[in-house]
Amino acid sequence: MKRKQLKFVVGSVVIILTLAYLAYSGFKEGNAYYQTVNELYASKDQAYTRRLKVAGDVVPGSILRDGKVINFMISQQDEKTKKLETLPVKYVGNDAPPDTFVDRAQAVVEGQLGRDGVFVANKMQAKCASKYEKEAAAGIRKSD
Amino acid sequence: MAQIGQFALALAWVVTAYSIVASLLGIRLKHDKLIASGRNAALGTTICITTAIVCLGYLFAVSDFSIKYIAAHSNRDLPMYFKVSSIWGGQEGSLLFWGWLLTIYSALVVIQNWRKHSAMMPYVIAVLMGTSWFFTSMHLFIVNPFNQTVVLQSGLSPLPFVPRDGNGLNPLLQDAYMVIHPPMLYLGFVGFAVPFAFAMAAMLTKQLGDTWIRTTRRWTMVAWMFLSIGILLGGKWAYHELGWGGFWAWDPVENASMMPWLIGTAFLHSVMVQEKKGMLKVWNMVLIILTYIMSIFGTLLTRSGMVQSVHAFAQSPVGGYFRAFIIVALSGALYLLFDRLPYLKSENQMESIVSRESSFMFNNLILLAACFAVFWGTMFPIISEAVTGSKITVGPPFFNKVNVPIAIFLMFLTGVGPLLAWRRASTNSLQRNFLWPAVIALGTGVVLYFRGLQHFYAWLSVVMSIFVTITIVREFYKGAAARQVGTGDSFVEAVVNLTLRNTRRYGGYIIHFGFVLLFIGWSGQAFTTDAEGELGIGDRISIREYTLRVDKLGIEDTANYAGQKATISLFEYGKKKATLYPEKRLYKAGQETQPTTEVAIYSSMKNDVYVVFQGGTADGKKAIVQVFYNPLTMWVWIGGIVLVAGTLIALLPNKKTILRRRPEIESKEESKEIETKVS
Repeated sequence: MKRKQLKFVVGSVVIILTLAYLAYSGFKEGNAYYQTVNELYASKDQAYTRRLKVAGDVVPGSILRDGKVINFMISQQDEKTKKLETLPVKYVGNDAPPDTFVDRAQAVVEGQLGRDGVFVANKMQAKCASKYEKEAAAGIRKSD
Repeated sequence: MAQIGQFALALAWVVTAYSIVASLLGIRLKHDKLIASGRNAALGTTICITTAIVCLGYLFAVSDFSIKYIAAHSNRDLPMYFKVSSIWGGQEGSLLFWGWLLTIYSALVVIQNWRKHSAMMPYVIAVLMGTSWFFTSMHLFIVNPFNQTVVLQSGLSPLPFVPRDGNGLNPLLQDAYMVIHPPMLYLGFVGFAVPFAFAMAAMLTKQLGDTWIRTTRRWTMVAWMFLSIGILLGGKWAYHELGWGGFWAWDPVENASMMPWLIGTAFLHSVMVQEKKGMLKVWNMVLIILTYIMSIFGTLLTRSGMVQSVHAFAQSPVGGYFRAFIIVALSGALYLLFDRLPYLKSENQMESIVSRESSFMFNNLILLAACFAVFWGTMFPIISEAVTGSKITVGPPFFNKVNVPIAIFLMFLTGVGPLLAWRRASTNSLQRNFLWPAVIALGTGVVLYFRGLQHFYAWLSVVMSIFVTITIVREFYKGAAARQVGTGDSFVEAVVNLTLRNTRRYGGYIIHFGFVLLFIGWSGQAFTTDAEGELGIGDRISIREYTLRVDKLGIEDTANYAGQKATISLFEYGKKKATLYPEKRLYKAGQETQPTTEVAIYSSMKNDVYVVFQGGTADGKKAIVQVFYNPLTMWVWIGGIVLVAGTLIALLPNKKTILRRRPEIESKEESKEIETKVS
């Protein structure tokens, strides 16, 4: 009986260790620091070396399309200081930006911060929180 | 109407609470009338919540924008079916919908089982109503769908206000799949509450045989089937609505539905071990508790904005309450389990690593590992923030690296497990069952390798798929051939009768085959390619054997939306195959117009050509078009259909035919006898 149980234990341990190793290597490949614009600036020099996901609202009127490349700004108000901080973004991703990527949308860009202060993103997510939820929460709507 | 809905909710809240108290008190006092009253209250809850949901549907149908939820999720020009489906288009309504399905399930459970399991039923009701009460409280106090639209004025009390038109349903949700995806998903999520309630009742009454498992077997399968359908429809929706060319991205919301599915699948398999061998009793309890908790957790994830996701659900107040409910439910269930451990002793022990039991055990181990990995990856931003102070997200590579090998290993078990003998499989039987399937699969694999299939995982999954398919086909063939000898049926008749006489086993094989197909479709993703170009009228773009030519660029205008539309001819090896109409739409409701991409897809058994119209160039003369070449994608959906068909077959009661020679097979224990004979 003992020897059989040992087989199960060894089998399970092998499986779990393999998966743990795969998980670790997968993590190394795809991990990114998730920050808001404020947090990005607060992290100073570290910001240039990390792979980052930065969240902020798309500044109205800032979207400039240049072929496949899209330049725009995201901004976010610091909760404590009330200071509005903006980050210029250059989107060079292969996929088209999502439909939800419009003025004032909440965008999350993934990529790296260049030394020139422009964030080069190759992935982007966006959601239109402004339209669907914020106002719904307040319960008001501008009449047309 | 809103008042009626509001009142129905309030009444439901009271009645549900009464049902819990009456059921529990009735058991304590051994007072039959009180117990019966608790049951009637449970049925009353169903009526109350049904009334509430009908009211909400009515308010949508008549576009009553004095109600905030209606104003935020509908508009006058919205087609009627979308108006009705807007019931589950946002936070408040979808929670009400969840709660409603739960009360419907509860009523069915009560009607179906009241007489059969009189001792357990009061507890079952108490557990179901406990869950229901939590949701009713949420509807009533936290996210009430019947709240009025108001204008907030600083320093003053809010004023009631009726907007002239509603904000509109999110255009991404204006899609047939989105009409049915949430109900399917919820039918799955909610369905797991039933086996959970029976498990708790079994522990409370100390009736810990396999009664609770047998009673809820069909419920579990139904919940599992709906959850599978829900997940697949979600994938299908993402595929043709989001326009990035794929159907699964490991988004937290997708993961939320995947986690209960993974554990639910483990549970479905491991209960068989308890039924047949009286083993894994504690384990099954753990699994059903986790499945239930994961269903609630999945609802929490999608509804609270806890983690960043493509789904546009903002931060909302429900998170804290859900967390509290999960903690209460989990600790209650685990305490009970701990207390009842002495009653959950295993009747047998694992004897050999090459046995049916052991294959189930490994199936469970890796399904749980997969769930754990998905959970870990989804929650990593929150966990890392708590530990290190910075949010770290993991990307698709993490999920794929762990889950791809798991899926392939599961595939392997799918082929091997059902053919292994209980207790111990002899070398002889291994050879008999697996030698030829393995040889043929590997032989085909070698040929495919030299013909260019050199992507390791894709190769492995194709080889596995062939292996599993052969074992399944052979099972049907062997069974049918044996039956033909006994009955003189034709081969097809024999296959049908065989399946109908042992629905669970052969339905199971069909489900497994569905997985094989799904798996094949999914492996195709390894070979996806894409191309992009700015095309004027008459311009062409090529991808593999396909060429696309832009014939027309036009505009269109309807009450609900306006948009640009391209007319594109698709040629395969120069032969015209189809005309595709990818669009870019602007929906009119709401003050900010958001564009939506309507992709055009040409699907065949071999591959999909997926065309995205990204919009016009600045001068308006050319269209920016992106084309994806997705091999085998259709098999994902075909596999899904087969999987559902298999589940439906497995749900059928076994057809009993009178066998002249072997009447002992007619035992009440359904398929037990036949199943053990096979290996």
